[in-house]
Amino acid sequence: MKYLLWAAVLATLGLARAEAGDMPGVSATEIKIGQTMPYSGPASAYGADGRAEVAYFKMINDQGGINGRKINLMSVDDGYSPPKTVEQTRMLVEQEGVSFMFNGLGTPTQTAVQKYLNMKKVPQLFVATGADKWGDYQHFPWTIGYQPSYRVEGQIYAKYVLKTKPDAKVAIIYQNDDFGKDYFNGVKDIFGDKYAKMVAKDISYEVTDPTTDQQVVTLQASGADTLMIFATPKFAAQIIRKVYDINWHPQEFLTNVSISVGAVLKPAGVEKAVGIITGGYIKDSTDPAWANDQGMKDWLAFMDKYMPGADKTDGNYTYGYAVAMTLAHVLKECGNDLSRENIMKQATNIHALEIPVFINGITVNTSPTNFHPLRQLQLARWNGKTWERFGDIIEGNGS
Amino acid sequence: MARKSLALALLILALALLPPWLLSSYRLFQLTMVVVYAIAILGLDMLTGYTGQISLGHGAFYAAGAYTAAILMASFDVPYWATLPVAAVICFGFGFAFGFPALRLGGLYLALATFGLAIAVPQLLKLKLFEDWTGGVQGIVISKPDPPFGLALSQDQWLYLFTLAVGVLLFLIARNLLRGRIGLAMRAVRDRPVAAEAMGVDIAMLKTRTFALSAMYTGIAGALGAIAVQFVAPDSFSVFVSITLFVGLVVGGVTSLLGAVLGAIFIVFVPNLADQISKAAPGAIYGVILIGFLMLLPAGVASLARRALAPRRAMTNQGETR
Repeated sequence: MKYLLWAAVLATLGLARAEAGDMPGVSATEIKIGQTMPYSGPASAYGADGRAEVAYFKMINDQGGINGRKINLMSVDDGYSPPKTVEQTRMLVEQEGVSFMFNGLGTPTQTAVQKYLNMKKVPQLFVATGADKWGDYQHFPWTIGYQPSYRVEGQIYAKYVLKTKPDAKVAIIYQNDDFGKDYFNGVKDIFGDKYAKMVAKDISYEVTDPTTDQQVVTLQASGADTLMIFATPKFAAQIIRKVYDINWHPQEFLTNVSISVGAVLKPAGVEKAVGIITGGYIKDSTDPAWANDQGMKDWLAFMDKYMPGADKTDGNYTYGYAVAMTLAHVLKECGNDLSRENIMKQATNIHALEIPVFINGITVNTSPTNFHPLRQLQLARWNGKTWERFGDIIEGNGS
Repeated sequence: MARKSLALALLILALALLPPWLLSSYRLFQLTMVVVYAIAILGLDMLTGYTGQISLGHGAFYAAGAYTAAILMASFDVPYWATLPVAAVICFGFGFAFGFPALRLGGLYLALATFGLAIAVPQLLKLKLFEDWTGGVQGIVISKPDPPFGLALSQDQWLYLFTLAVGVLLFLIARNLLRGRIGLAMRAVRDRPVAAEAMGVDIAMLKTRTFALSAMYTGIAGALGAIAVQFVAPDSFSVFVSITLFVGLVVGGVTSLLGAVLGAIFIVFVPNLADQISKAAPGAIYGVILIGFLMLLPAGVASLARRALAPRRAMTNQGETR
């Protein structure tokens, strides 16, 4: 009878509404936070993010927690499978009663729970994906992204071209999916009316294409002197090699997704990639410039103590540390009001927050109308051995 | 024996009707997924267990059913229940069309051909050609159905009962089919194809129809799964779905209706258990549990129930009773 009654109440009211002043997942001594991560399955390399975050909060708890509360980050495996993400997210929200979801990884997996979390008014904080759509505060006021989106990155390359070479003739090759189109839209945002004048040729390829050689030849024939490559690693390597082999020497820009030395530059030929420009925001632990940097020293000390044996060249650990630090800031700002409303309010009122493992000058900024926390990059050029940072920090548009 | 089976079936049904009044929404969602996977595994069992044709590609039919439901609901505003018959027809046709040529391949070769299908599906779903409907890599988000007639139930309670009703219906149909003439023909084709042919069974037609029926069951499961999860995307239907269904089939026990349910329980709950034991290597823990089950219960979990029900009955090499 009791359950029937409850069911009736739920049916009439719609699904559980958060009441003001209500603080689910929060006790006098603990804050429960949920997270899904691909610890198994095709994207398991990214599981490093989650492990670094759990370790970071262990460190915070050893130091006494935040405002007297320990952080309990419940990070569970979804195998990068959207149905599993739905199941695990519901487990965390309904069974475990977490306060909010934090840094869930993957565009398809997080899309699968976005509507659910927004209906339940559970914050979906700092999702770990590069898609641009996570800044849609009007439709999804409980969801906020984190890293510079692909679109912002595209904007930044376009801004750099406009500033340094306003008469450039640009060629663009992009993967024909949401990933590639985000970049393409970013470039359009900046060139605007001048797009037709600036861009000699844009061309796409399908992930199913065996090679992109034909597209590269077509782009060369357009007479362009600048080439933007918005391709995933396998194709990026093909394109870089082909451009060199047909004796075309444009100024190349390369998406930050495909800057891996092992997966892209070596297969393409490290000498064929000299001069390529990309953008980044996290300090690379292999960059000798940071040897005496306090932020990186603290990170290394954290790694030695809380993640012994982990591979320190893996940037995912630096990323996890940074986003966990951002969350710690938000929770500190919340003070004693840890209602879901206030957590969302604080997460969307961050002003020039410096994260010591981000390149100096790059800060986290949000507002009730800006759900893109990171919008800046510094460019770097491949010199045949390493990526060499140069120039000022460049900021993209809002969205 | 028949009375004992009936009593067991009624007991299971009675137990299955309890959860909406006892369990939380989240547990109901999990049980809904158990019913969904049980239907899918039952479909696979008809083909692999009863007819002896190994398929490693049933995830493709599951995906086809799921996308049918999602596209109909999102693009054509078809009510959720009406998507099931459409998914059934489409998957039956898909299964028939694929099964007709593929079943000329025997044993391991068929397994590989169906595996190819499972690999192809996620990429096909991303094709630009269908993007207006499939939503490309982004997939489709659909709404959860409300209970009809103003019933005082939550969405999860209703969806569980709805899925359970569809599941019970499909299990009853399967039971009648498999216990009857057709089921006998299927087993004859599996065990003694030459003898079956001599008895007048049209082997090619029987295999193709079984394949289509099996695809249809799995497709309906896919549609129900999509409605429960409220989301479909190419990444939801990787080749692991096919493997998972196969695991459920073998662990639960082939040629057993009860086995399909037990297998579904295994594939829904054991991965979570593995994750709780170790974050570092959940896959390895899952593997160990799986091997453990196969060592201890080589004929599937359902064989335990069989032994309890009919201790002195002779069993075939597949562990089934006739």
